[in-house]
Amino acid sequence: MSPGYTADEMMAVAASRRLRDGMTCFVGIGLPSTAANLARRTHAPDCVLIYESGTIGAKPAHLPLSIGDGELAATADAVVSVPEIFSYWLQGGRIDVGFLGAAQIDRFANLNSTVIGEYDSPSVRLPGAGGAPEIAASCGETFVMLRQSPRTFVEKLDFRTTVGYGGGPGDRRALGFAGTGVTAVVTDLGLLEPDAETCELTLTTLHPGVRVDDVRAATGWELSVADNVATGEAPTPDELEVLRSLKTIEEDVAA
Amino acid sequence: MAEILPLNEAIAAVVHDGDTVALEGFTHLIPNAAGHELIRQGRKELTLVRMTPDLVCDQLIGVGAARKLVFSWGGNPGVGSLHRLRDAVEHGWPAPLELEEHSHAGMAAAYAAGAANLPFGMLRGYAGTDLVPHTRVARVACPFTGEELAAVPAIRPDVGIVHAQRADRRGNVQLWGISGVQKETVLASSRSLVTVEEVVDELDPRPGAIVVPCWAVDVVAPAPGGAHPSYAQGYYDRDNAFYVAWDEISRDRERFAEWVRRHVLETADTAGYRARLAETAGVVA
Repeated sequence: MSPGYTADEMMAVAASRRLRDGMTCFVGIGLPSTAANLARRTHAPDCVLIYESGTIGAKPAHLPLSIGDGELAATADAVVSVPEIFSYWLQGGRIDVGFLGAAQIDRFANLNSTVIGEYDSPSVRLPGAGGAPEIAASCGETFVMLRQSPRTFVEKLDFRTTVGYGGGPGDRRALGFAGTGVTAVVTDLGLLEPDAETCELTLTTLHPGVRVDDVRAATGWELSVADNVATGEAPTPDELEVLRSLKTIEEDVAA
Repeated sequence: MAEILPLNEAIAAVVHDGDTVALEGFTHLIPNAAGHELIRQGRKELTLVRMTPDLVCDQLIGVGAARKLVFSWGGNPGVGSLHRLRDAVEHGWPAPLELEEHSHAGMAAAYAAGAANLPFGMLRGYAGTDLVPHTRVARVACPFTGEELAAVPAIRPDVGIVHAQRADRRGNVQLWGISGVQKETVLASSRSLVTVEEVVDELDPRPGAIVVPCWAVDVVAPAPGGAHPSYAQGYYDRDNAFYVAWDEISRDRERFAEWVRRHVLETADTAGYRARLAETAGVVA
C-alpha cells in the first residue's frame, strides 16, 4: 500500500524536524537544502540558512538549484565573500549545525564525496570535498542525509573526504575539531545516531513501515541497533503541502 | 589605468600557452565568455585554477586546453557530474588531467594569502582526511600557542580572470551580489582581466558593491551576457535550464564537440554565441 508520500519526502521531513528554531545552519545543496527550507517554512521560522556562496540568512521562495542562485543573495540578510564565510563565520564558530550529503558513509560517520575506486584511477570521479571537511569539523554539530544501501553504507570508505568520528572516541579532540560531530544520519529508512560511548552509528528510529531487518540489509557493516527502536511519525499533511510547494527551479524548468 | 580592449585582443594580450589561469566567480558572474575565447584562440597546456570548475572548465578540459586543474568541488551544481572533467580523469580523454584538489576553505585561504602576498594560507582544516596525502597541504605550529594548523600554498596565478557587472571608462570595476573570491583572484594574479556586462561613464554607488580600482586591474573587456549560463545580478538570471541541458550535451564526446564547434568555434564573439544559442534554443536540450 502506498503511504501517500515518497521515501525522499519522508527523509526531508525527518531531517527538517531535527532543526530547532533559531539555529544557524550551514546548508549543502540537494536534500539538505530541501530539509532546511522546509524547517524554516514550518516549525523553525527563525532558522538562519547559510550557504557557502556567502549568503547569510537566505529566505528563498523556491528551492535553489545551486548554492549560489540569485534568489539566495536577493533574500539574504547579508552577503559576504567566500573567504569570509569560511574563516569568520564557519571557522569562527558561529554556526550551530552543518547539513551534509555524501556518496559513502562508514560506521563512524566518516564521509566520502571524492572517488569510488582508487584515487589515481577512479571508477567514478565524484565532485570532491567542497565545504564538507571544515563544515563537519567546525559546526556545533552535523546532520547527514543519505539514501541507505550497501553501496552507500560501507565497511570501508574508498576515500575519507570528511571526518565524522575518525576511528572512534577521542579522535575528534585529537584532531582539534571544535564541533561535537555528526549527531544524526537521516536516511530513507530511518535515523541513526552515534552511540554516546563508542561513537558508532546506531539505528534509533525507523520510518513508518520500515523493519529493522530492512535497515540491516541496507547496511554494509553489522548494524548496531538501539534496545528500543522508535518508529517516527509519518509526514503531516501540513509538512507535505509545504514541501511540495517548494518545488525546485529545476522542476519548474521541466514543467 | 586599466586598458579597455575587445575580448579577443584581451585574451591574446594576457593569456599564453602554459599559463596558470584562475577563472573565478562563485556560481554568480562566472567568466564563461573568456573561457570561450580561450577555446577560439586554441590556448593549450593551461593550469586552470577554479574552486568550482563548473561548465567553463568542463569545456576547456573537454577541448584539451588544460594540463592541470586546481579545484575544490567539481560538479554541475544541483544537476550532477561534469562529464568532460570525469572523462579526462577516468579515461584520460582527450588528454590526461593532473588534479590538485582542496577543500573550499583551503582554496579560499590560499587565494586570500595570494592577494596578501603571503607564502601560504592558514586554517583549521584537512586534518584526518585522505586529502592530505593527495594534495599540497602541510602542518604548521602556532609560534605562540603551539596549536597545529593546516598550511596551504598561496595561489599566485599568471592570469586572473573574473566577470563583473560594470566598469567605467578608466577601468574601475564594480560588482555586487555574491562576490566569491573575485577580488582575491584579481589581487593574487600577475596579470588580470575583468570582463564586464557594460562600460559606463560613471559608476553610481550600489549597496554592498565591491569596487576594484583601475590601477589594480590590467585589462577590462566588455562582454555583455558573458557570464551565461551563470548570471549577472541586476542584468540576467542563472540559466538553470542550460545547466540541466549541459548534462546531456556533455555526456557524449561527439555531441560535446559538435556543441563547441557550433556555439564557440563558429562564432566570433559573445554576441555571436548568444545569437547561436537563440537559434538552437530547444534544440540544444
